[in-house]
Amino acid sequence: MFIKRTLTFAAAAAFSMTAMAWQPSGKVECLAPADPGGGWDFTCRSVGNVMQTLQLVEGTVQTVNMAGAGGGVAYAHTVSKRNKDDKLLVAASTATTTRLAQKQFPGLDADMVTWVGALGADYGIIAVGKDSRYKDLKELFEASKANPRAVKFAGGSARGGWDHLKVLIAAKAAGLDKLPSIPYLSYNNGGEAMTQVVGGQVDAFTGDISEATGFMESGDLRVLAVLSDERLPGKFSNIPTAKEQGIDAMGPNWRGFYMPKGASDEAKKYWVEAIDTLYASDQWKQVMKSNGLIPFHPDADKFESFVQQQVQDIAELSREIGLMK
Amino acid sequence: METLGYLMDGFAVALTPYNLMFALAGAFLGTLIGCLPGLGPANGVAILIPLAFTLGLPPETAMILLTSVYAGAMYGGRISSILLNIPGDEPAMMTCLDGYPMAQKGRAADALAISAVASFAGGLIGTIGLILLAPILARFALTFGPAEYFALFILAFATLGGITGKNPMKTVIAATIGIMISTVGIDISTGTQRYTFGVLELYEGIDFILAIVGLFAISELLFFLESRIKSGHKKVNVGKVTLTLKELVSTVPTQLRGGVLGFIAGVLPGAGASLGSFISYTLEKQVIGKKGSFGEGDIRGVVAPEAGNNGAASGALVPMLTLGVPGSGTTAVLLAMLISLNITPGPLMFTQNADIVWGVIAALLIGNVLLLLLNIPMIGVFVRLLSIPPAYLLPIVTMVAFVGIYSISHSTFDLYFMVAFGVAGYFMRKLEIPLVPIILGLLLGPEMEKNLGHALILSDGDWSTLWASPLALGLWLVAGLGLVLPVIVGPILRRRMRSAIEEGPVSD
Repeated sequence: MFIKRTLTFAAAAAFSMTAMAWQPSGKVECLAPADPGGGWDFTCRSVGNVMQTLQLVEGTVQTVNMAGAGGGVAYAHTVSKRNKDDKLLVAASTATTTRLAQKQFPGLDADMVTWVGALGADYGIIAVGKDSRYKDLKELFEASKANPRAVKFAGGSARGGWDHLKVLIAAKAAGLDKLPSIPYLSYNNGGEAMTQVVGGQVDAFTGDISEATGFMESGDLRVLAVLSDERLPGKFSNIPTAKEQGIDAMGPNWRGFYMPKGASDEAKKYWVEAIDTLYASDQWKQVMKSNGLIPFHPDADKFESFVQQQVQDIAELSREIGLMK
Repeated sequence: METLGYLMDGFAVALTPYNLMFALAGAFLGTLIGCLPGLGPANGVAILIPLAFTLGLPPETAMILLTSVYAGAMYGGRISSILLNIPGDEPAMMTCLDGYPMAQKGRAADALAISAVASFAGGLIGTIGLILLAPILARFALTFGPAEYFALFILAFATLGGITGKNPMKTVIAATIGIMISTVGIDISTGTQRYTFGVLELYEGIDFILAIVGLFAISELLFFLESRIKSGHKKVNVGKVTLTLKELVSTVPTQLRGGVLGFIAGVLPGAGASLGSFISYTLEKQVIGKKGSFGEGDIRGVVAPEAGNNGAASGALVPMLTLGVPGSGTTAVLLAMLISLNITPGPLMFTQNADIVWGVIAALLIGNVLLLLLNIPMIGVFVRLLSIPPAYLLPIVTMVAFVGIYSISHSTFDLYFMVAFGVAGYFMRKLEIPLVPIILGLLLGPEMEKNLGHALILSDGDWSTLWASPLALGLWLVAGLGLVLPVIVGPILRRRMRSAIEEGPVSD
């Protein structure tokens, strides 16, 4: 009896919501597919705060943490249980597209959700210890070309993960063909990997610029190249891009959102525009600045195709190194 | 001098009212956990991990709470040793020897007071040792490559049984179970899933916090259910402190010796606090010789082991913080907490998470002062709490465990998993399989595997790289000694320990 009444009520509520010109009423949920403290959690919480300040939402944005399978649990939850939810945003990043590309979420695909937009990025870097004999990226890959096992890389992701892929993207752009032979040592996080590079046990570090700031400023780590289109702003402006050195490689680790595919078109439109408004605001620029995020925001209609392209590229690369068939 | 600056920053973290409050709460709860027989420091910290998550504490506060509990448990263990002749935890075993006779002679209050002072002295010496040694070792750790780390983990496993371990075979079984559990999930060096059977919840492996809370806290509840509702211990009359200043001063050399020896025992892998208190007691007996009345209520027989086990408690933090290799069961639990807070122990932590490391160290100093204050004027409170039937305590523990684990991941799957671990822990304790090696296997297994893989990648598949450097070779040798010595020396030591204690101690 009670269940029946709740269902009727829910149906009535859903109906009345779609009937009006759409705007989120009540509580909006932001799903962070990891434990508190990580990048996805940060995306949800900071975006939630700014959205409330800008009054893009009427009520509050509640961050819900749902860890598991590197985002797979949240992805499956969104697709199977919340497919019609208009007030659900899920934090995502390149880690999400990587796992989708490598079919690490069994039975799930990138086109099962709607990709809303990106709000900034952390760019990939390749760095060496301060006493390393490699002075620029070209020199490093020349050595790799002569002998693929000559330069060993350390990074904070699993084999086939984003940190590993960045090496492969750059190596491929530099004209290397024996990609699977390039040694990659995976650590639990970027910090651990950097310690080994700074300590001189491993030749080169692959990671994101935000991770390396500490060791870069202390002078222990020399960043050979940043994998971005143009030089990064502010204190990073003296780091050359890979492109400048003739290696056309890009490695943005973007931060953004997806939402349920079955949500109403009005709701989808609303959230895409909300992300645009948010990205343009001064409040968000402040958040980006204080957290080391670098501008990255594909146009609203292009984000979906950007994601699909990234998934395809990663899948191709993973096949090349024999990580998947 | 640099260290002093960091320490001052640490005090700034630890002395905020919020953190101070949790240090006090941790010290109080720790003492309580320590004095309840059967609940050791490892269990105590494990039980309070969920509390830290339930309250949503920031990392430094969570670590301050747990290290205070750890230090508190070391203080608390002595209370039931002295009053009931039942050690509250294993390191307090030696305190029974002279503590209980003192209580029988009507000097219970004196024994409690002097042992609190000795605990304070030991804790202080140990923490100063930690402050001096940890940054040096952390810098040294930068020279550790994968081969050295692999040898270090071998060393940690080899000395696991420790000198006090009872059945080496069961230790091996336990460590193997731990390593086996740790292989579930993505293998980072190949990027493939192992033993996940397509269950999404298993993809990131089994959370060790969940395993720890299940194994320790839930199995504790099951043990309690089995023994039905026991009444609390009868209330013991403590009397008044008659300790003179002269007596106190006369024990100062004993306190210093005990603290230093304890610290050294704590730093060594696999030794821990039990050995610290044992060595301190035996040495004291040797030094004083016939002049003392050891075993009949000699005041120095209470001071030495207490200074020893508290010194060891701080010493055991050194390898955990600098190398990520815990020196004892409790520090293994603390390590698990650090990792799940996304902090990697090792040289990097001392620079990147300086506020946490030094906050914790400063909190340890403050905690010792708080504990001294708690344990002398307020000792009556703990004595009274000792007579609380566990029927009132364990339901609270269970509730906190469930809420805490749920608040980490919001997944009911994890709750079922925790209960499964609890049931498994219950049966393993019935079979006398120690639980701490399981946790160590779970924590260190993947690290060992990873470093082996890395060493081989770096050497292009040449196995001899594992013992190529002098440092690695040295670690292998110590590991070999650690494996062989307990077999030779262990039985002798254990016989001595046992013959020293008439009543079989409750151990965990």
